[in-house]
Parts: sequence; C-alpha cells; structure tokens
Amino acid sequence: MDSLLRTERIPHIWCPGCGIGTVFSAVISAIKNTGWDPNSIAMVSGIGCTGRMAGYIRLDSFHTTHGRAIPFATGLKLARPQTKVVVVSGDGDLFAIGGNHFIHAARRNMDMTVICVNNLNYGMTGGQQAPSTPLGAKTTTSVNGAPEEPFNFSYLASACGATYVARWTAMQVRSLRSSISEALEKRGFSFVEVITPCPSSFGRRNRMGSALEMLKFYQGRSVIRGDIDPKDASMDIDKEIVVGKFVDIERPTFLDHYEKFNHPQMPQWRSLHADSQKAR
Amino acid sequence: MNGDEACCEGALSAGCRFFAGYPITPATEIAESMSRRLPQLGGIFIQMEDEIASMAAILGASWGGVKSMTSTSGPGFSLMMENIGLGICTETPCVVCNVQRAGPSTGLPTSVGQGDVMQARWGSHGHYEIIVLAPASPQQMFDMTIRAFNLSEYYRLPVLILADEVVGHMNERVIIPREDEIEIINRRKPSVAREDYLPYEADTDGIAPMANCGDGYRIHVTGLTHDDRGYPAMNAAAQEQMIARLVDKIRNNREKIISTKNLYLDDAEIVVVSYGISARSAMQAVRNARDEGIKAGLIVLETIWPFPEELIRSVAPGAKAMIMAEINGGQLVLELERCACGACPVSLVSNFGGAIIHPNLILNAISKAAKGSI
Amino acid sequence: MQKTKKYQINPQDENGSRKKRQGQVIVIEDRCKGCGFCIANCPRQVLRVSSVFNKKGYHPPEVNDASRCVNCHFCEILCPEFAIYTIEYDDYNE
Repeated sequence: MDSLLRTERIPHIWCPGCGIGTVFSAVISAIKNTGWDPNSIAMVSGIGCTGRMAGYIRLDSFHTTHGRAIPFATGLKLARPQTKVVVVSGDGDLFAIGGNHFIHAARRNMDMTVICVNNLNYGMTGGQQAPSTPLGAKTTTSVNGAPEEPFNFSYLASACGATYVARWTAMQVRSLRSSISEALEKRGFSFVEVITPCPSSFGRRNRMGSALEMLKFYQGRSVIRGDIDPKDASMDIDKEIVVGKFVDIERPTFLDHYEKFNHPQMPQWRSLHADSQKAR
Repeated sequence: MNGDEACCEGALSAGCRFFAGYPITPATEIAESMSRRLPQLGGIFIQMEDEIASMAAILGASWGGVKSMTSTSGPGFSLMMENIGLGICTETPCVVCNVQRAGPSTGLPTSVGQGDVMQARWGSHGHYEIIVLAPASPQQMFDMTIRAFNLSEYYRLPVLILADEVVGHMNERVIIPREDEIEIINRRKPSVAREDYLPYEADTDGIAPMANCGDGYRIHVTGLTHDDRGYPAMNAAAQEQMIARLVDKIRNNREKIISTKNLYLDDAEIVVVSYGISARSAMQAVRNARDEGIKAGLIVLETIWPFPEELIRSVAPGAKAMIMAEINGGQLVLELERCACGACPVSLVSNFGGAIIHPNLILNAISKAAKGSI
Repeated sequence: MQKTKKYQINPQDENGSRKKRQGQVIVIEDRCKGCGFCIANCPRQVLRVSSVFNKKGYHPPEVNDASRCVNCHFCEILCPEFAIYTIEYDDYNE
C-alpha cells in the first residue's frame, strides 16, 4: 500500500489503536482495487484527527478549514468533473460545523464520496462532546454526561438524498473496504460512516478499556442489516449499532441537471467537462 | 451597464469560468449576471448555501485549474474571512468582490458605505498581506476586475475588490476592448518533473509555480503552517519562513501592484486622498477648488492595499494639509496619518454611511485647509 | 477421496493434504504502535506479542506459528499503521 502513502511522513500522528488508521488502510485498499489512475483522484479533508488523512495519502490532497471540506470539494469537482473527489472527515467536522454543507451537497447530489470517521467525540482537541456523542456519555464538555441525543448520520444522509449510504465498524474491514469501493464507483453523493475507537479521549473518559477492547465492543454491539429503512438503522452503543448498506439508488447529479437546463444547445460543453465516470 | 454587470463582464473577459455565490444586496446582480453568462461560455455557476461555502468552493475550483470568483457585501464578507485566510495561506488565486454597504451588522443594505476597508486588510486572523482594489466607476469595475484576476494569478492569493453600493448600482457607459487588447496573466506552472517539484518552493521573486489538481504532481495543500513540500511544519522557524515569504511576495513588489491616479499633484498645497465613489466627489471638489484658485491636488487610490506609503511620504512634507474623504468613521485616514507622519496636518471628511459625500463638503474642507484653519 | 461418515463433503485438509502454509507475514517493526489489533484478530492465531522493543518502545507482533498463515491479508487491512502485511508463501525464497 506504500505507493499511495506519503511514506516520508509515516508513522503518522494518530494514537496507537486509533480507528482512523484502519479506515485509512481500507480507503487506500479500495482505491487500489478500483484500478483508476491515482492522478485522477483527489482527497479533501477538514480539521481534526481524521482531517490529517489528506496529509498522508499520496494523491492530490487538500486539508481545508473546519467543516468546509465539502464545499471546497464541490468547487473542485465542478472545475474538474473528471476528477474523482473523496471527502474524508470526522463526525464533528462533517455534521456540526459542516452540517449545513453536508445536507446541501447531498440534496444537490454532488458527485463525491464522503467518508465519515465517527469516533463519537472531537478527538484532536481533547475529547469534547460532538453531535454523535451518545446521551449520557462523558466528554470534557459534558463531564456529568452529555445532555443531548445524537444524530443518526446514516439516516440524515439518506434523508438528504444521498445515493449510497452504508455504515460499518472499524473491525469489519472487509465489508468496509467493499462499501468504500462501491461508494467510489457510485454516481452521485455516496456516504460511508465508520464507527471507530478513540481510545485516548472518548474511550478513556467512558472507561471503555483499551483500543482493542473498544474495537471488539463496537463490533460486538453491531448488527448487520442490509435492507433496513435508514430511520430504523439505529446507532446506539448501549443497545445496538445497525451496520450494513442501507441505501443504493440512482439519481441525477447536479451536473446532470445543470447541463440539461443550461446547455441544451451546446454539445461541446460535454467534451469540455467529460462525464467523470466515462473519462476514466 | 451597471457596475455589478461590468464586474461580471470583466471577470469573464479575464477568463473566469466558475462562480459560487450567495445573494446579498447590493452584490446580487453580479451573481445573477454570472448565472446567465457563464453557461454561455462553458463555465459553471452555483449558488451555494452560504458565503462560507461560496468562498470554500471558489478555492476548490481554483485548485481544479479554473479561474474563480465570488461576490458579496459586508455581512457575507465577514463570513468569508476564515476561508480568505485559507486562500492566503495556501496561495490560491481567486477574486472576491465586496460591494460595500453601510454597516455594521445588517446596517443599510441598499445604501452606500466604505466601512470594510480595514476589514479587507486585516479581517482574517493572523498576519498577512493582501491586495485590495477600489473601483470608482462601472468602467473601472470592468477594468479592475481583469486586473484583480491578473494579480491573483501572478501573486497567487485571493485579491479583493472593494466596490461600494453606488459604484455597483450606477449605470454608465463601459467600453469593452477587443479580446486581443486585453492582457491576461495565468498562474505560473511548474517546469520540473514530479519528483523534483515542491509545491511551495518559491522562485527568486518569491512566488512558487502552481500545479493544479490532476496535473499529476500529487500535491498536498494545507492551511496549517507548512514547509516547501506543503507538509505541516509545526514550529516557529517554519512559521517565520512561511509568513515572511507570503508577506514579502507582496511587499517587495509594491511598485508593480500599487496604482494611483494623481491629479494636479505637482504644485498642490492641499492634497485630497480618496477611493471608490468618494474619489469622484473628491475629484469634483478638487476641480472646483482649482477654479477658485486653491492649489488642490488629488490622489485617487486604485489600490487601497498595499497602501501607497512611499507616495504619501513624498507628498506630505510639501503639502500644507492632506484631507481624506471616505464614507466611514475614519479608517484609511489612519494610514494617511501614519504615513504623513506629522509632516502636515491630516483631516477627514466623512459620514458613517448611507449617503455619498457631497463635493461641497470636501470643498469646504479644502478651503479651510487653504486658509490654514484645518 | 473416500467418503467418511463424519462429513458430507470431505474437507480438503482432512487427510493432511493442505497443511502447506500459504502466507508469509512481514512486519515493519518501527511503524508498529503496539495496539494489538492484528494479534487479537488474526483468524488463524498466527501472531503473538514479541518481547522486542521497537524504536518507539512498543512491542511489535511476531509470528507465533508460521505454518498457519493463509495469506488472508486481514492483519494488513486492519493495521492502522501499515506496519504488517502478508505475501504469498510460494513467492518467498527462503
């Protein structure tokens, strides 16, 4: 996998046992399996532990501002539709500060793949409460227990119009890799959520044991249900984490509509911005 | 055509083929014109969900190799600040047009203001240099937008156009030159192979050639302080080196960037300094003063930032007084005072926003200064 | 192959016909951060914790029973550090 790694920067900064490394491994493996020219793929990330992934992958990669990876990726994609744009970021970056951008990109069906590494808190800043933090969990900004119910990101993504939605835990690497491959090949806004251990912050404060124990815990709580309605795909670490592929539909993308409404008389526009699937 | 439309046409003439924006008075017409015109030229227009997303999108599009632009007014300008900082740190060419209105906050959406001058210079956090142009007419909206793109491509940073509601909404004749008469500058591309290319290794003039996404260079771009390879470098030495280069690439090229229109300066005793719509009031006032026999002169700032320090330092000692005319409580006058450095008295003709400055107000100030009672 | 009463379809390694090892584990020791994912999750119990210290003071994995590796690559994808991978045993020249 070293050909897609910036090996001069390995070992990376993530903690021992951090699930991001595993997701990174699955992403690289999935990208290799597509067989695409790496020069035609770009990764955009936000701020946070997961955001650092852009700095370690040997592709055109962009480490942008907190929450703004998706609009940056939107601009990049529209300027260069033949590039496959992959957004990788954390739960807080994508759904708190970046929540507005997420829902609109999904609504527009921008052609990009978004991978959310969900470690249930804000890891890099020390373990604060996030929109994914389970009710009652301890974080540095909720020392007596988080008083908010978390989002169900997969449900949110599907409600906003994502064409592909899947969730896995970090231990289920083979399924994760397949889902990422499918998401990459998918036309439109595809979304993969991964529940990963954060042993240094979330795990420590909630007494979940070592990274290995957390990994097994999440996998142990997971229930694979492929054909479930996303609103029933609950994400509750106290009861069950429903994993699997929830949504896999076809919808016209933003560029499909834009072309239809704006360029009916300009067939050469298509050759200027060749369809991203066909150009590869 | 009106100033906003002229700005749009100027951008298209400069090669802009991507616009991401959000409606806001008085800049909405730029977005509307772009939405109509870009598809005709094979470009893409997208109305984003907010100004933050708009700024992020134009940075992304620029890295995708397409000249990109957004437009806004005060409230949106405030929102864009973080990503303008990202554009500066990552050295991303793009253009942001702020058609100023009276602020702060929602203020007077349909009335003129020039209160974003310091914000344009220092609005994003941290220390940096920026280029800000100030058009005073629809013709200048056209011409300066082209210049803004050229400067942003050459110096690799977001260039801000600080127009105002009057200039944006006024209708005047705009002469659009033939395509071959317009000078267009594009970003410098790397001349070395991928193995030898460092994304932020500057040439001797302080500017690094820019490889776009998809050119095969596998660049890494980050808003973190970075080294020549583009990788995060979390230490004071790297910060010193990086910021020094970002600042120097503008400061060392000041003469090429700064542009002023100087009128009657040779024998001027009272020098008026102004920009944007206020410069037009000032021009009328200075002409009237000359008719009355007062030796008045005018410096119209076509670039507000970098501020023309050398020019002011050379003019101030020979002047009896200098007067700044601007529609805010006194922002650029602070720079004028600093550069005049006590060599002559400096006064301000202003209002807080909502109306342009009547030339007679400036004329009165000139007369008072001429009589020595400034 | 003769049908025994125990199985409907005879497993390939019933008569020791597939005891040949299929994979070779390679550990990039200095990348390891000692998380233990590979050791605990290897489906064939090929790995164990070593007593060696790497440059950063962690104990990287070592091979416990080399003959059991079937080149499934699970450790390779699971490892967060890109510190372990497997290759086909046939390709490895001893």
